[in-house]
Amino acid sequence: MVQESGPAGTGRAPQGSLAAGLSGPSPANDSGAPSGRGGGLAALRRRMPLATLLAQRLGLSLLLLWAVSVVVFLGIEALPGDFAQTYLGQSATPQAVANIRAELGLDQPALSRYLEWLGGVAQGDFGKSWASGNSVTEQIGLRLGNTLFLAFWAALVSVPLAVGLGMLAVHFRDRWPDRLINVVSLGAISLPEFFVGYILILFVAVQGGWVTFPSTVYAGMSFGQRLEAIILPCATLVLVVLAHMMRMTRAAIISVMSSPYIETAELKGLDTLRIIARHAAPNAVAPIITVVALNLAYLVVGVVVVEVVFVYPGMGQYMVDAVTVRDMPVVQACGLIFASVYILLNMTADILGILTNPRLRHPR
Amino acid sequence: MKWRAIPLSAWIGIVGLAIAIFCAVFAPLIAPYGEREVVGDIWLPMGGDFVLGTDNLGRDLLSRLIYGAQTTIFVALAATVLSFSLGVMLSFTAAVVGGWTDQGLSRINDLMMSIPTLIFALIVLAVLPQELWILILVMAVLDSTRVFRLGRAVAVDVTVMEFVEAARLRGEGRMWIIFREILPNTLSPLLAEFGLRFAFAVLFLSTLSFLGLGIQPPEADWGGIVKDNKDGIIFGIPAALIPGAAIAGLAICVNLVVDWLLKRTSSLKGGRGDG
Repeated sequence: MVQESGPAGTGRAPQGSLAAGLSGPSPANDSGAPSGRGGGLAALRRRMPLATLLAQRLGLSLLLLWAVSVVVFLGIEALPGDFAQTYLGQSATPQAVANIRAELGLDQPALSRYLEWLGGVAQGDFGKSWASGNSVTEQIGLRLGNTLFLAFWAALVSVPLAVGLGMLAVHFRDRWPDRLINVVSLGAISLPEFFVGYILILFVAVQGGWVTFPSTVYAGMSFGQRLEAIILPCATLVLVVLAHMMRMTRAAIISVMSSPYIETAELKGLDTLRIIARHAAPNAVAPIITVVALNLAYLVVGVVVVEVVFVYPGMGQYMVDAVTVRDMPVVQACGLIFASVYILLNMTADILGILTNPRLRHPR
Repeated sequence: MKWRAIPLSAWIGIVGLAIAIFCAVFAPLIAPYGEREVVGDIWLPMGGDFVLGTDNLGRDLLSRLIYGAQTTIFVALAATVLSFSLGVMLSFTAAVVGGWTDQGLSRINDLMMSIPTLIFALIVLAVLPQELWILILVMAVLDSTRVFRLGRAVAVDVTVMEFVEAARLRGEGRMWIIFREILPNTLSPLLAEFGLRFAFAVLFLSTLSFLGLGIQPPEADWGGIVKDNKDGIIFGIPAALIPGAAIAGLAICVNLVVDWLLKRTSSLKGGRGDG
């Protein structure tokens, strides 16, 4: 445990916690599992271990989503600072503050506003923006697609590249390609997203003139034009995520390759290909999938900064703009969506991890 | 410890950190111009009177950078120290007390970690007034979740050891067990984590400032300088890249030192130290 706490180990932590949450004695986790029918949960767990695990994991995610909505709405209310006051500035008269509060519905009790908001969200209605008065859902509908488009292409490029490079590093372990990949990736982890972005803009777009900046996309653009517009933001995201993902892949494969049963297989005289395909791969798939999903989750966050750098009309830009003018309905809607995507990706990682782990398929 | 045993990469990290800390501590003495002093035309090129040129308002970029080192390092360090105190205290309490306290704290921590840090910070900063101590507090609280996770994992391993049990049986108090039994035995992984968290705090603060939500102008900080000068990029002026390089350099140096520390401690334990 102590040795795993290195730079490569930190990102893998969430999986451990969720696994701990599953095995822990928290009664709320069982809410998603179908109980009843004879011996109850224990019997069910014995008969269908995998299904019970998955149901628990799904239930946990739903619980988490609900808890996040509470934090995003009610938690914010509990913080010191009055929306109306900060919205109008320090010099506002008490009358103006009261007017604004009434106009935005802030004079209602927090709980009833939360329920109303949650009801709206469940039907896909995020309310109206305070700053512009437009429907938040409409704006998000326009922008979410753009963000997902960008994240999708970044993922499509970075995942195979990272897994490939990670395997390459393991193959040439402790020789120069591994060291080179290690040093470069250590450097790349330390680069802030905006730094990578502006370097690309300066050298590729401004001095090279190969692509245009800013990377605006608008309705009516063809698919090819859109792809061309997102080349630079996509490249930035890939560079930012790649190093992390690759280091974690390398650590995952090495930790499997250095386990005693692989050593046994080696000593038994099996050839390398067979060891990797039959012995190492089944146990390495789960950690690699976790790594990939966690980094996709990270991608969703990295998108915020990259969109601001490239003036790309997506969710991140929308949220940052809203935070600057303290437009709470927009901030809450974007926050909830980003958090949901993050939770869903983490859940997918865990579920794939459960499905691909041969040890979990058979009850003890 | 032998000086010669320190590898080249660690030396690079140590020297880089030393330079940054020197700039931060003696900023008013070594900066050629004042922090907010307008000294020339906007975006003058490098060389001549101004080693790195001037920024978007005609302020000396090198001086801004040196003052920026002060702000960035001070705020990041304050946030990291605070997040460590908070995270270590809570995680050790959770590990030592166990039971419902442990469950409660761990589940709250899971919930906090289920929202991405940057998104959480954006939501919170949208409500809170823009003041420096609030910024430090927000960074510290969000970061302490990561410290909590590591601290708890490490402390749980130590709490089951015989010497802790012996201390309990001799009737030592909870504080004694946390500070005299567990803390000394978990110091080396926590120290390495401190370095990583500091590097992360620098990056995080710079990102927030770059988005306009961190340190407010005219105070100089590295992320803010990038934001100030980003419009110059379109005209081919690299002023925004210099503070960006400073941020990256500082983070790389910290990582190099941490890497060396981790390797040293893992080889001391003589394991398969691949982590």
